[in-house]
Amino acid sequence: MPSSEPEPETSSSAPLAMVHMDKVVKRFGDNVVLDQLDLSVQSNEKVVIIGPSGSGKTTILRVLMTLERPEEGVIWVDGRPLYHQERDGQLVPAKESHVRDVRRDVSMVFQHFNLFPHKTIRDNVTLGPRKTLGLGMDEAEERARDLLERVGLSDKIDAYPSALSGGQKQRVAIARALAMQPKVMLFDEVTSALDPELVGEVLSVLADIAHHTEMTMLLVTHEMRFAEEIADRVLMFDAGRIVEDRPPHEMFSAPREERTKAFLQAVLRE
Amino acid sequence: MTLLQVSPSTWDWEFAREILPDMLRGLRVTVEVTVVGIAIALVLGLVLAMLRRSHRRAIRWPVGLMVEFIRSTPLLVQLFFIFYVLPDYDIRLSGWSTIVIGLALHYACYTSETYRAGIESVPKGQWEASTAINLTRMQTWRHVILPQAIPTALPALGNYVVASLKDAPLASSVSVVGILAVAKEIQGDTFRGMEPFTIAGVLFLLVSVPLAILVRLLEKRHAFERT
Repeated sequence: MPSSEPEPETSSSAPLAMVHMDKVVKRFGDNVVLDQLDLSVQSNEKVVIIGPSGSGKTTILRVLMTLERPEEGVIWVDGRPLYHQERDGQLVPAKESHVRDVRRDVSMVFQHFNLFPHKTIRDNVTLGPRKTLGLGMDEAEERARDLLERVGLSDKIDAYPSALSGGQKQRVAIARALAMQPKVMLFDEVTSALDPELVGEVLSVLADIAHHTEMTMLLVTHEMRFAEEIADRVLMFDAGRIVEDRPPHEMFSAPREERTKAFLQAVLRE
Repeated sequence: MTLLQVSPSTWDWEFAREILPDMLRGLRVTVEVTVVGIAIALVLGLVLAMLRRSHRRAIRWPVGLMVEFIRSTPLLVQLFFIFYVLPDYDIRLSGWSTIVIGLALHYACYTSETYRAGIESVPKGQWEASTAINLTRMQTWRHVILPQAIPTALPALGNYVVASLKDAPLASSVSVVGILAVAKEIQGDTFRGMEPFTIAGVLFLLVSVPLAILVRLLEKRHAFERT
């Protein structure tokens, strides 16, 4: 759990965790999607989120990426409040520029890739570093080449996304997010839209990143075997709450909660 | 007893050649106000479309209201308003400025709807991916949304360019002597309408057909660039 000990330069409430959510509420109309959610994720931790659809597991990522704004609660990223600024020891709603500043530590890979179709793979991967990290073209391109090699797509640097398979697109999308060198990476069902035979290549890239980087990772996935391989912790979500939070081997071999048991049975039967 | 001897018009080449230089001078004015007007309209239309996507209701609503209002009233009414009503509020514009501003504003509102359709055709995921690489809203517009939205909007925009040329003769209503005003003057002076109005029509054709072809070419080029 997060320590509430003060850090020297920040306010007394700033937690030490990489991601800390404090009583976060997100509603869509009358539908409560995140229900007073508390969550702490330590630096370098790999956390897999599972649960039935509509349980709020994707929303937790979207709220962290600032794609949805929570109605209540405070979210901290590396000791800084994401949606708030401190004024006279109080947390007040933050300006857009502050949100952007904190958001630099977070990036995300999407279910449907969302590559920029009018740009080459090179431009897809270099756009963020050049425009938001202030890298020059040479430096950005060098970084892009390294990352494309890592995901096994060096030869596609001049191609457009339309020339790539789904698995290749998703690997480019992973490279694009990595190029931002975020402290926190969010993966939202990144293999769900792929043909079955293309899932493996994306999962092996993800496993490589999980094992060889210090990044904090939050992954929403239905790939249980993969989750067991790379996760430090698995969170079972239901109705906007975390119903179970344990290491993967315990979660999968001996789930405690009835809802977890039912969910795992349903998923593993497939 | 005949009051006035008007022979049925037969085409007179000599007369046509005589009036052609004046007609071309008129065409120049017409093309000028069209080019300046539509150029402003294409830029302003884009700005209006972006403002209608603003996060702020205080921007989005008034802009939307204005666009709908201008689109629902005739250009001629707008020209008369600018030319005859604004001077009461000490805003005096020449006929030339009136037609240019009128065309610009009127077509900005039409093109803004076209741009808007193009912008809405860009999937939401493109905005989200831009957020994930931390682009600002302006950077997202410039590097991600508009390069995809504008090629989609291009064919319809081209049609508005051609349409605005055909609205340009309204210049004569605010005392700007474009091609149609010249033709009418000649007809008034000589009682011959056949040659000046025919020449006016043909000259319009000679400008608008190549323009339409140019628009089609531009369209194709951009269609290729997308894939």
